Amino acid sequence: MPAARGVGSLHTEVEVAEPDQTDRERELPPDRRQPLPTGVLVAVALLILAPIVALMWVGSYAQEDPRLWGFPFFYWYQLLWVFIASGCTYLAYRLVHNARRGGGDR
Amino acid sequence: MTGVNWVALTVVIILFVFVTGVGFAAARWRRAQSMASLDEWGLGGRGFGTFITWFLLGGDLYTAYTFIAVPAAMFATGAVSGFFAVPYTIIVYPIIFVFLPRLWSVSHRHGYVTPADFVEGRHGSRGLGLAVAVTGILATMPYIALQLVGIQAVLEVMGVGGSNNVIAQDLPLFIAFAVLAAYTYSSGLRAPALIAFVKDFLIYLVIIVAVVYIAVKIGFGASFDAAQKKMATINPATGKPTGVFIPPPAQYWAYASLALGSALALFMYPHSITAVLSSRSRNVIRRNAAILPAYSLVLGLLALLGFAAIAAGTKPIGLNGKPNAQLGVPQFFEDSFPSWFAGVAFAAVAIGALVPAAIMSIAAANLFTRNIYRAYFEREVSREKEAQVSKITSLIVKLGALIFVLSLDRQNAINFQLLGGIWILQTFPALVLGLYTRWFHRWALLIGWAVGMVYGTVAAYQQSSAATKHFGSSLDQVPFVGKLGYIALTAFVINLIVAVVLTFVLRAMKSPEGVDQTEPSDYFADEGDPRVQPIDELTADTSKASST
Repeated sequence: MPAARGVGSLHTEVEVAEPDQTDRERELPPDRRQPLPTGVLVAVALLILAPIVALMWVGSYAQEDPRLWGFPFFYWYQLLWVFIASGCTYLAYRLVHNARRGGGDR
Repeated sequence: MTGVNWVALTVVIILFVFVTGVGFAAARWRRAQSMASLDEWGLGGRGFGTFITWFLLGGDLYTAYTFIAVPAAMFATGAVSGFFAVPYTIIVYPIIFVFLPRLWSVSHRHGYVTPADFVEGRHGSRGLGLAVAVTGILATMPYIALQLVGIQAVLEVMGVGGSNNVIAQDLPLFIAFAVLAAYTYSSGLRAPALIAFVKDFLIYLVIIVAVVYIAVKIGFGASFDAAQKKMATINPATGKPTGVFIPPPAQYWAYASLALGSALALFMYPHSITAVLSSRSRNVIRRNAAILPAYSLVLGLLALLGFAAIAAGTKPIGLNGKPNAQLGVPQFFEDSFPSWFAGVAFAAVAIGALVPAAIMSIAAANLFTRNIYRAYFEREVSREKEAQVSKITSLIVKLGALIFVLSLDRQNAINFQLLGGIWILQTFPALVLGLYTRWFHRWALLIGWAVGMVYGTVAAYQQSSAATKHFGSSLDQVPFVGKLGYIALTAFVINLIVAVVLTFVLRAMKSPEGVDQTEPSDYFADEGDPRVQPIDELTADTSKASST
């Protein structure tokens, strides 16, 4: 387990830089972050929206049949979405992560 | 139920003493050079990785009250009041995946400790920061109090606390809270972070055993059938069915809006933000958004324990002789399992109350220190002084919660928590929309917030139910839609409309904008980025005060 990093020192009496002080004035390298490729953005948006839309659409699952191991559809279908949503979010994380890496983020 | 269940009580005491030791030892865990700063005391050094953050957030969000109240709601009135917690805790993670990394970045770049710090810095408005801070404290206090209600529920089932003597009745609660206050004071956020491991291990153990027990002894089918029958039974008091087994079309909107409104509100709570800001990097947050749903599964299974208790014929009678649905699941454990295992389950709930109570009191204390004390009383406060103010405030906050529970009716704590959820969602525009745009005018956001708060409070006050005259439900008719919906979400939409309209008006009037302390690149800064450590030499010479 790594020791706590010294980021605690990040606090100062006044917590902020002057708003008009740009990166260049602070002698930091320019921020080279590119926006995510459109394809990745669309894919991530779909992966994020899928669980929200599916579960907000109550009419699509508010029914008793078919039962599974005694669970009415209404109950097992929502529990199933725990796994699907988790998978979607993980995939979105991998997509963002890989796109950032390939794009020369740092 | 007569007398004290000594075996269960002994198990609970042993586990409680164990976590107390863990809580004090936590001060030396990942030890920093000095604990005398909010970054160390209040955010655990801002260095927690994926694994610790998973336990910490899991321990923080899925509170003892949740574990008691959700199955209790299932037991009493079924799906709409109880099972919405499952879609709620599923959709919350895709939502936070989008905006929390931005909040993490800007907070690390500028040393923000609380959500109100960001709001103040972004919109250049101490007043808006104060509004967010006060809302956070108001919403958190009753939530802490409800953790005590969770502890009370298991104590009551074990037969403790029923005496007529006021001191003896509440003594166990006093002791538990005094101990909690002591180790939170000395170890800060490290204490709940370490205790969360114990809590989560116990919860997972209990739920696995319970699910196997239900499958073998009662049967899931039988549980659902018993619940279906109970929910369809006409309640003689109201002339309506007891509850909802599967929502009818008229309740779709209610179910969906409860889930969505709660999901949007969850990470507005200061204690959620505190746990997020203690993590090491953006990726820790994103990975956690993918793995935290494991707790949602546990919550779903726990909810079904409410149905199992119906099938098992559990009779939750309080020590005062009155039926109390909150005791349903603890009573089910005492009836169905050997005493020692019931003790483990009770300990899981009690320890499950300590973790969030600690984090909530730290979060509320940080809000007071940064956005009230520092903003209005001592602008140039030193970091040591800040930590000291926060530590003392955390004690006061806990004392307040204790007085709240002991002096007021339990129903009051539940009412205020209902209101807390409505209130906290009203900070969403200033906080989350602020992460993306400065289009909104600061005063428009402030007035929108005020309108949402007033509307939500009044609407909640007007709801009556069979049990209470006011605050009987978190659902109300949605204006112009005509269906039942979650009041918090309706208030949020009104808040947003007011903010948009007033922004146009204030723009047209050329009303002064606040100064934005952030810049676009702040929202992407990550671990290892020089921007994440604007260490003293970069910022020490600046003192741009914001003002409203």
